[in-house]
Amino acid sequence: MSKTKLHVATTINGDSIEFLCEPQQTLLDVLRDELHLTGSKEGCASGDCGACSVILDGRLVCACLVLAVETNGHNVETIEGLADGDDLHPLQQKFLEHSALQCGICTPGILIAAKALLDIDPDPTETRVRYWLAGNLCRCTGYDKIVRAVLDAAAEMRAN
Amino acid sequence: MAKSAENVSKSNDYKWVGTRQVRPDGVDKVTGRASFGADLYAPNMLVGKILRSPHPHARIVSMDISKAEALPGVKAVVNKDDIRDLPSEMVPAGEMMVNYRDITRNVMAREKALYEGHAVAAVAAISDSIAHKALSLIEVKYEVLPHVIDVMDAMKPDAPLLHEDLITTGVEPAPEKPSNIAKRVEFSQGDLESGFAAADVIVEREFTTQPVHQGYIEPHACLANVAKDGKAELWCTTQGHFVARGHCAKLLGMDISKLRVTASEIGGGFGGKTVVYLEPVALALSRKAGQPVKMVMTREEVFRASGPTSGAHMRIKIGATKDGRITAADALLHYQAGAFPGSPVQLGCMCAFAPYDLENVRAVGYDVVVNRPKVAAYRAPGAPIAEYGVECVVDELAKKLGIDPLEMRLLNAAKEGTQTVYGPKFGPVGLIETLEAAREHPHYRAPLGENQGRGIASGFWFNIGGESCATLNLSEDGSAHLVVGTPDIGGSRASLCQMAAEELGLDLDKVHPIIGDTASLGYTFLTGGSRATFATGMAVIEAARDVIDKMRERVAKIWDIPLDAVVWEHGYARPASSNAGAFEPMSIAEIAAMANKTGGPLVGNAAINAQGAGPSFGTHIVDVQVDTETGRVEILRYTAIQDAGKAVHPCFVEGQMQGGAVQGIGWALNEEYVYGEDGKLQNAGFLDYRIPVCSDVPMIDTVIVEVPNPSHPYGVRGVGETPIIPPMAAIANAIEQAIGIRFNALPMSPPKVLAAIEASNSAVADAAE
Amino acid sequence: MARVVLNGNLKQLSGGRSEFELDVKDVRQLFAQLGERYPELAPHLEEGIAVAIDGEIFQDALFATIGPDSEVHVIPKIAGG
Repeated sequence: MSKTKLHVATTINGDSIEFLCEPQQTLLDVLRDELHLTGSKEGCASGDCGACSVILDGRLVCACLVLAVETNGHNVETIEGLADGDDLHPLQQKFLEHSALQCGICTPGILIAAKALLDIDPDPTETRVRYWLAGNLCRCTGYDKIVRAVLDAAAEMRAN
Repeated sequence: MAKSAENVSKSNDYKWVGTRQVRPDGVDKVTGRASFGADLYAPNMLVGKILRSPHPHARIVSMDISKAEALPGVKAVVNKDDIRDLPSEMVPAGEMMVNYRDITRNVMAREKALYEGHAVAAVAAISDSIAHKALSLIEVKYEVLPHVIDVMDAMKPDAPLLHEDLITTGVEPAPEKPSNIAKRVEFSQGDLESGFAAADVIVEREFTTQPVHQGYIEPHACLANVAKDGKAELWCTTQGHFVARGHCAKLLGMDISKLRVTASEIGGGFGGKTVVYLEPVALALSRKAGQPVKMVMTREEVFRASGPTSGAHMRIKIGATKDGRITAADALLHYQAGAFPGSPVQLGCMCAFAPYDLENVRAVGYDVVVNRPKVAAYRAPGAPIAEYGVECVVDELAKKLGIDPLEMRLLNAAKEGTQTVYGPKFGPVGLIETLEAAREHPHYRAPLGENQGRGIASGFWFNIGGESCATLNLSEDGSAHLVVGTPDIGGSRASLCQMAAEELGLDLDKVHPIIGDTASLGYTFLTGGSRATFATGMAVIEAARDVIDKMRERVAKIWDIPLDAVVWEHGYARPASSNAGAFEPMSIAEIAAMANKTGGPLVGNAAINAQGAGPSFGTHIVDVQVDTETGRVEILRYTAIQDAGKAVHPCFVEGQMQGGAVQGIGWALNEEYVYGEDGKLQNAGFLDYRIPVCSDVPMIDTVIVEVPNPSHPYGVRGVGETPIIPPMAAIANAIEQAIGIRFNALPMSPPKVLAAIEASNSAVADAAE
Repeated sequence: MARVVLNGNLKQLSGGRSEFELDVKDVRQLFAQLGERYPELAPHLEEGIAVAIDGEIFQDALFATIGPDSEVHVIPKIAGG
């Protein structure tokens, strides 16, 4: 038994979290298998589907392309932190109102990606939304209701 | 036997049916709380991994698992010796009948590896890395055999033989020698020869399509837990946990009722999760190891080893008079089944000409095995392929005759009383309504620019009913627990609750649904065939009516009046008339509060085999723009029109139409498996097997028409499958209008479009010289 | 007498004959009579087929009623994906 696990201290959804992991484990592996934050999903493990989208130091990334050890001392936001206690984020609320999900497997990744967009551009055009979300695959919805929900959430957030 | 139309509630005065409520599982799905196949963890859990054949075709000469078993941390190794060898036996599963002899071999290879990625052994270990190491220690001796990948090549007499005992059925007299042709089917009516003789114009074309994967974002995943006394629990992502239970029990040689299967939330299926891959293996590993075993496919494994739909080679010939009346239609379909027989070619033959009212028609199909993963159902299996060819030929005929393509379809449209090629006449159907809605739609008249074109196409799917159970448990406070057995892939839970609330007269937020596991509910067939809202819906309605009758009985006792003097109206038991007595109406909450004292708990049950599914027709309109420098085809505008019978929850009906249309766009414009000469898959990932992304498509406009299905209390028709059928031909027809080139092969991806444009330009240049 | 038609490949197992007039009152009797007449057809009537009675499709419905003037089509079973 010569493997040594590494100690990582990070912040996840505002909480100080420490964990042990192997050097090759990705952030996605650790979130799901060690911390049991299973909201981020594995669709491909190669950064092509976006189902594992999280925000790292304010930047949208695929958790399967980040080594867990890279988060040491950094800030991670996942789907579990999107709602504010009992209050859903406007994106979450609009997704429900517009029925912008069918099976729901891509939904956490798309919500995080959409939040990252609205964080930097509160008034995106439909085209910008579509290109921004091009890294998040959805096979069920055809994207129509997703885009409508994001635009509607943006409008609501601007109004408040 | 005709169902009376009074069965169908004529009222448009529904409180819940037809409205757009937030789905009951919605909050869980938008917060990451919902549990999908890979989201469950068990104490003492092992990781299971599969060893897969690197060869597309090989005899498995020997296998030595001893070194793998000896590796510290490995708790079990299994291969064919741990899964039952089963004789030939046909059972329904997903798209059509499957043969147990083939299922067991697909789950775990026995004599041969028949495709690259075919499972040959599996291990369970305490960690991922040890499991991987163990796989590398399994020694397999293969005798590599020549392989065959293409359907037409596989039909040649000198083709490598996949199954030494495969004799083509459906051919008279039966062939003496085995081949790769599993089956020939034929459907015909009328007189083809005289039909073509009566035609003024005949168009005959050959088409090729490639296998495409269902593309669900969630890979196959399960967690199996077998106790020392053989009782087993299985958590898996599946379209049908009762079907999975049956397959697994059979393959492991256990009583069906000893295996309890719970369906996780499912991250997409589209037919691909109606069959088992990992599940029997995980159970076998858990049984051997005595610990829970979790198995999750990688994306690469999903592509290499789980079923896509068939690729095909087809010849379609249609003749028409100069006024546009089709006089004869003939289809010859060759579908590849993958490594074991069972492509949906028979369904393709039955559907191909279904949108047309024809006298003289024939459809012949061949089911052919090749060294690729065994195909699985994909949304209206068989129909999208055949319809691509047929709708392209109809379009070409219309153009040759100078008739508008919509008018041509209206002229020949199937309607109530039309004789289908597979036998029965149609009851009420809505094809004409969708065509007329297309004609009226502003999309059809919008102006087009240079290199832009418009195409239309129609599609048909039978839809099915099937076994469905439902239980409505009334709690002491009058709220209701609705237990159903069809996993919710697209929001059906919401529609089912709406139907229950409508029947009971209960507020929607008092109806709480769960998908019961196989021990908690009667046998329910899988979610597929566009049946959940229809068939489970019928069961829910029947369960609601059952508990209403029971509540009426209680109230009759409470008021001490005859049963038929108590009526149920809008959630209350009332006296039928003033003669019955001046009783205050009783609400569900009041009746439920007294349940224990008046006879016991109030439960409504239904266990049915729903019949009377109504087919759904659809018509799509698409505008494209072709970039003649890159070959890229852009979808400018898309309108999907479909007959839903009755849209219980319009958002989810629209969602099915939009999702199916975009899958069809991917099928038309980019998706295909790329194999090397070595028979190995080169694009086993989402980067190079590119499905449509958000920026590839515009908004998908939808129009729902409603021609009620007389066999359903609310007139519901299944809608999930039809939307994937029209897009490929609609897009091919649009491209033809845009640049004058007709594509007879899918996908119409940029390299292929560009090559065709360049070939056409140089042909023009040659002609000019 | 109900008019019964065998569709697709089924008539290959009935000596090429596809149309029948049969005195049957439900699907089970229909299968029994056809199976007796054509033993090679019998196993195929147990699984994998559906019956359309006056246009309405029945799958796995042994006791579905067949009327004296019914038109009955025996067709392959349909499922979906």
